[in-house]
Amino acid sequence: MSELLKISGLHASIDADGIPKEILRGVDLVVPPGEVHAIMGPNGCGKSTLSYVLAGREEYDVTAGSVSFMGQDLLAMEPEERAAAGLFLAFQAPVELPGVNNANFLRTAVNAVRRARGEPELDAVGFLKTVRAATKNLSMSDDMLKRNVNVGFSGGEKKRNEVLQMTMLQPKLAILDETDSGLDVDALRIVAEGVKNLRSPDFSALVITHHQRLLEYLGPDRIHVMVRGRIVRSGGPELAKQIDVEGYASFLTEAA
Amino acid sequence: MPAITETREQVEKLGQSSYKWGFETDIEMDVAPKGLNEDTIRLISARKEEPDWLLEWRLAAFRVWQTMTEPTWAKVTYPPIDYQDVHYYAAPRKKPGPKSLDEVDPELLRTYEKLGIPLHEQALLAGVEVPEGEEARLPVAVDAVFDSVSVATTFRKTLAEAGVIFCPISEAVRDHPDLVRKYLGSVVPAGDNFYAALNAAVFTDGSFVFIPKGVRCPMELSTYFRINARNTGQFERTLIVVEDGASVSYLEGCTAPMRDENQLHAAVVELVAMENASIKYSTVQNWYPGDENGLGGIYNFVTKRGACRGAKSKISWTQVETGSAITWKYPSCILQGEGSVGEFYSVAVTNNYQQADTGTKMIHIGKNTRSTIIAKTISAGHSDSTYRGLVRMLPKASNARNFTQCDSLLIGDRCGAHTVPYIENRNMSARIEHEATTSKISEDQMFYCRQRGLSQEDAVGLIVNGFCKDVLKELPMEFAVEAQKLLQISLEGSVG
Repeated sequence: MSELLKISGLHASIDADGIPKEILRGVDLVVPPGEVHAIMGPNGCGKSTLSYVLAGREEYDVTAGSVSFMGQDLLAMEPEERAAAGLFLAFQAPVELPGVNNANFLRTAVNAVRRARGEPELDAVGFLKTVRAATKNLSMSDDMLKRNVNVGFSGGEKKRNEVLQMTMLQPKLAILDETDSGLDVDALRIVAEGVKNLRSPDFSALVITHHQRLLEYLGPDRIHVMVRGRIVRSGGPELAKQIDVEGYASFLTEAA
Repeated sequence: MPAITETREQVEKLGQSSYKWGFETDIEMDVAPKGLNEDTIRLISARKEEPDWLLEWRLAAFRVWQTMTEPTWAKVTYPPIDYQDVHYYAAPRKKPGPKSLDEVDPELLRTYEKLGIPLHEQALLAGVEVPEGEEARLPVAVDAVFDSVSVATTFRKTLAEAGVIFCPISEAVRDHPDLVRKYLGSVVPAGDNFYAALNAAVFTDGSFVFIPKGVRCPMELSTYFRINARNTGQFERTLIVVEDGASVSYLEGCTAPMRDENQLHAAVVELVAMENASIKYSTVQNWYPGDENGLGGIYNFVTKRGACRGAKSKISWTQVETGSAITWKYPSCILQGEGSVGEFYSVAVTNNYQQADTGTKMIHIGKNTRSTIIAKTISAGHSDSTYRGLVRMLPKASNARNFTQCDSLLIGDRCGAHTVPYIENRNMSARIEHEATTSKISEDQMFYCRQRGLSQEDAVGLIVNGFCKDVLKELPMEFAVEAQKLLQISLEGSVG
């Protein structure tokens, strides 16, 4: 299979005070298995919207186009079915779940996904073993497993927690929505290592970012530039370097 | 297999929505004619071979009841109840009060097995067999009340050796008349309120517990209530007396078959704690709540009250209320003994067209008395839920303290949650704190959980259990697991 994810002519809008506002205006994008792609673009170009639409957030109305994921019609699936199929979204702003123990949440999620994939569920011992190894790799303390999901977590802890969930859920495609925002250099390195550890012929990532630094760690295969709801240019890693120096000015005229 | 474990597994096996305890048992019943008058009460008393004093007590209660009107201050609405259209006595046809489990109708035992209370197993397990790898824990003694009559009480021998009395109240009237006469109605007087008076007039059975001085009850005691017969009211009466320095943990569970008509349940629970005594009373109330259109279900009008008579005594109520069409219930503590402690931990869940008006009363009489109220209210569907609580500091309650926290969680936009706290303070050294919050399960939370692979139902269950954690942790462990599953089942179909 040469494509894991194929987005064709995707249009999506959101309801703004009763008037549909179009945000995605014909996105075309292909991510083959085992590759890391990055999407860059100015604020408000639709990067986060694309990640939400792919994950199945209901507020967005898909008005045209199609998305196939491992040959399946992604847009016809419920959010939890997409997760079970292997799509993971690392949230830009991870959500707090008061009173919900982090380890319990993680185990419930892992077993829900394993059940849906026809894999045996992890028992408490098996789960703890796996999760301890994963937290260690991410330089997370066991204490974070005992706390409530994202409640009182620092920005860096929240992002690490996202990467921990990603590691445990073993997705085929991870969408990282500005996972690098608000991280200091050390935290960025740890998070990047966490993603790098997952790299395999069976794992792809779609990295949404503003910054060159995360991409330096990850070594992406392709860079896509998004402007006003469309991919206006795709290229190799050198494209990220060009943006870092020149900004988006030249792409803005291209899109017009 | 221990009862609770089996109950839990049974609950876990439950797949889709709707009430799974709604089966009916076909059993030969001895039923009194419909209607309530002095003859009905005489009949009940005669059937139970009661002494004259108790009959007189019932008749006095009935005469008071006739002068009373139903309370209307609760935020619940229902059509008028015709109290003459109810059977006030229904008992499985067999001699009431079997001597051993062998005498119990096998059909009845099967019913309890279906409900997850294998009495036989329990009796056999008296030696406590602990499966390998499982933590050793105390067994649970069970009193099972079927419609109006207690059908079986387990572990009586073990308990008797410790000096603990745990038996049907009708039996206690016969075997321990002085104790019953001394304490019956001493916390909830016969004419206390409309439903309590009705109960005093017609109560048919319930549990009696007596823990003598200095005895720590060697196991959890549990009563399982089941309404089966049609058009029958259930009026059980529980009396728990714990003497100086003694303690007990008591669990109560309830279910009923699915029926289109409403059924009346008006119970009374009285607790008495003497010096340094402690009573922990936990309820998982799962009476049939009616269907998704609000048809049928139990009217649960219950008076529960505990008296902390001795210094440093403690009474703790924990309740998980998921059932009943209407719940009207305020487990209370009268904190008379110096330094006595009252606690109320509550989770009330309403879905579809259920209505709940529930809370507590903490009456501080003695010095240095303390009370804690944690109430979690969850409303979904078209339901309406009210927390109603009273904290009263009397003039002699110097340095008394109360902390109250009421949290409401709304699911959907057609339900209601209300908090009605009453605070009366007549002692300026008392300290009273009240906190309240109202929240909704956010779209963000739902989407986050679903993106991690959880179904909508699982996500709601997880968030709701998180919301209730402070209360659930007060339940005995095995019960807590059961309660968690129950919360989730009760809220099925509330989202999406």
